[in-house]
Amino acid sequence: MPKQLPEVRRHNFSEVALGYTAELAIEEARRCLQCPTGKCVTNCPVEINIPEFVKYIAEGDFAAGIRILKQKNCLPAICGRVCPQEEQCEGICTLVKKGGQIAIGRLERFLADWEAAQGELEMPEIPPATGRKIAVVGGGPAGLTVAGDLIKLGHQVTIFEALHKMGGVLIYGIPEFRLPKAIVQREVDYLKKLGVEIITDFVVGKTRTIDSLLEEYDAIFVGSGAGLPWFMEIPGENLNGVYSANEYLTRMNLMGGFLFPEYQTPIKTHKRVAVLGGGNVAMDCARTALRLGAETRIIYRRSRQELPARLEEVENAEEEGIVFEFLTLPVRYIGDENGWVKQIECIKMQLGEPDASGRRRPIPIEGSETIYEVDAAVCAIGNSPNPLIAATTPGLEIGKKGNIVADEATGKTSRPRIWAGGDVVTGAATVILAMGAGRRAARSMHEYLCSL
Amino acid sequence: MFKVIESRMVVPNIHLLTFHAPAVAREIQPGQFIIVRADENGERIPLSVADWNREKGTITVSMMNVGMTTSRLASLESGMSIPTVVGPLGNATQIEKYGTVICLGGCYGIGSIYPIARALREKGNRVIVILEARSSYLLYWEDRFATICDRLILITRDGTRGFRGHVGRLSEIITGLGGPVNRLIINGCTFLLKKGSETSQPLGIPTVVSLNPIMIDGTGMCGVCRVTVGSATRFACVHGPDFDGHQVNWAELLQRRKTYLPEEVVPLRTSRCEEHRHTL
Repeated sequence: MPKQLPEVRRHNFSEVALGYTAELAIEEARRCLQCPTGKCVTNCPVEINIPEFVKYIAEGDFAAGIRILKQKNCLPAICGRVCPQEEQCEGICTLVKKGGQIAIGRLERFLADWEAAQGELEMPEIPPATGRKIAVVGGGPAGLTVAGDLIKLGHQVTIFEALHKMGGVLIYGIPEFRLPKAIVQREVDYLKKLGVEIITDFVVGKTRTIDSLLEEYDAIFVGSGAGLPWFMEIPGENLNGVYSANEYLTRMNLMGGFLFPEYQTPIKTHKRVAVLGGGNVAMDCARTALRLGAETRIIYRRSRQELPARLEEVENAEEEGIVFEFLTLPVRYIGDENGWVKQIECIKMQLGEPDASGRRRPIPIEGSETIYEVDAAVCAIGNSPNPLIAATTPGLEIGKKGNIVADEATGKTSRPRIWAGGDVVTGAATVILAMGAGRRAARSMHEYLCSL
Repeated sequence: MFKVIESRMVVPNIHLLTFHAPAVAREIQPGQFIIVRADENGERIPLSVADWNREKGTITVSMMNVGMTTSRLASLESGMSIPTVVGPLGNATQIEKYGTVICLGGCYGIGSIYPIARALREKGNRVIVILEARSSYLLYWEDRFATICDRLILITRDGTRGFRGHVGRLSEIITGLGGPVNRLIINGCTFLLKKGSETSQPLGIPTVVSLNPIMIDGTGMCGVCRVTVGSATRFACVHGPDFDGHQVNWAELLQRRKTYLPEEVVPLRTSRCEEHRHTL
């Protein structure tokens, strides 16, 4: 797929991957073997009929293709961009052995963008109203999926979003250059057209409790996300210039900080930024800092092989000029006389035996202390579930990590009429896994609503 | 959109703004705050709530016009709207029967200490309200406080009303009261919170301060509002905003509040000049 050249894109926030042309999409789709086993479908968290939509692309019938896609996925433009296809559909493609797997994600994105370019979106037929009311807590990928699925079954759906914009991590977290915000807006607008009621600036657990909502709604889905950032808990972490990834990304994406002062949320101009962590969020932070003109390095305690980020994002980051310090563990931040971070002291690591995650455990090498000069550091080592709902909903079973306990197959929680899914249940994971959880919860909620 | 019901400058540079925000008004408790945006491209800022009317669905904030967003808010007129009023956020101030409680408010904190004092009085406490300002013309709501407290004490920097000086006079005021003081609650600028806590510590008076660090979302998501209390890092938005004033790391809080000082004036310099040019 064509991409912006690294030396160009490192100076702008426009989307990196430019997408297939119709010709390229057809050419790619024609390579599909249309295997009868359809392994790609079973490896898709939302069970999209992949061979079928690929076949329609090969035939040039894009309208039919998007129809198939949208039967199972209400957010194809988003999934086509941010799903880890290499671990899912593409990872199991029959052609993968020769490294020639079908670029399913890119084809999905192509169809969604093609449809948007046609102007008018095709609206599904909605069955007569069931009279059942559902509240969805959180406007991120899980909540959007539940809302989309249930509205199409004739239920009345209201989404409550704490922030002033819908989309959850798609809006505040993933940067413009990886997922343009106009695309998220397009998907949200589509749900609105389907009749989903959207209420922003409403913090369930604060503005109103779950129990209060249950007086008005037949069922509730909680998809409030993993919104409590972890820090390293090392000395100097509260120095000025040390950010959580959530803060850094929220300032830039949700608040439009990179357009300051046109957007009024202030940002600092940093010269040397260190990002701690090796996941997709770390890549997003580093590539954002780079675009704002900082010399940027990623500090990760294991080696390149163990990076949890998608390979595509790691390669993008490398091409753009981000420096990776592997096998390196920050041990303290050092501040200047005004309380600003100026250095990070790290220790070098070596890999030992595999740990519980199956990855080789990093072990500090004594006497290997190294100092990096920085004027900002972004801690991108993960998040725990947001505690607001857990704290204000009596009787809701909460796991050890603060997550809401929910059945994996149905999303049912310990309390009747309350379902949950996405990061608030699993801890920080991916957009598509949250959508998959939303899909399963919607199915279970529908069964319940029909039984009333 | 949230409609402005009333907007007025109560004393120079301190504004009282009343918004129609029924969902917030229904749930708000003393000591909680809201987050607002003044316009679509605006930043999110936290404001303490000074009063509310549950029937009418309105909430009132007192704020000082100091930066980009507060200057935009200050220029609102009744009938206009702003895109975001979200809350109530943070935990309510703990209201119990303590005995004698001093409620100390300064600047914009004079507004937000009011519902706290009112609730403490309703709970049967002897409530002593101390208001601090640079000069007598910056004091407000004395009449309102007079109806809900047992004693009202004023401190002005220039001595034009009450005690001359600042919160440093707290120690002798407490001594002068005679009896024991069971609790001190402070709302206002960081200096007031810090100085008040430092004064009450040797006197052994439990002291609660409402902290005001930089915030973005106000729901625990971003962590920019982290403060060190005792040996722990806490998020003011979800763990506070009230904390034990004797445990707060004041130097760190003051430092962190200065993070964007140079940037905060940039929009003031640029966009307002643009607007100004338009009107010429």
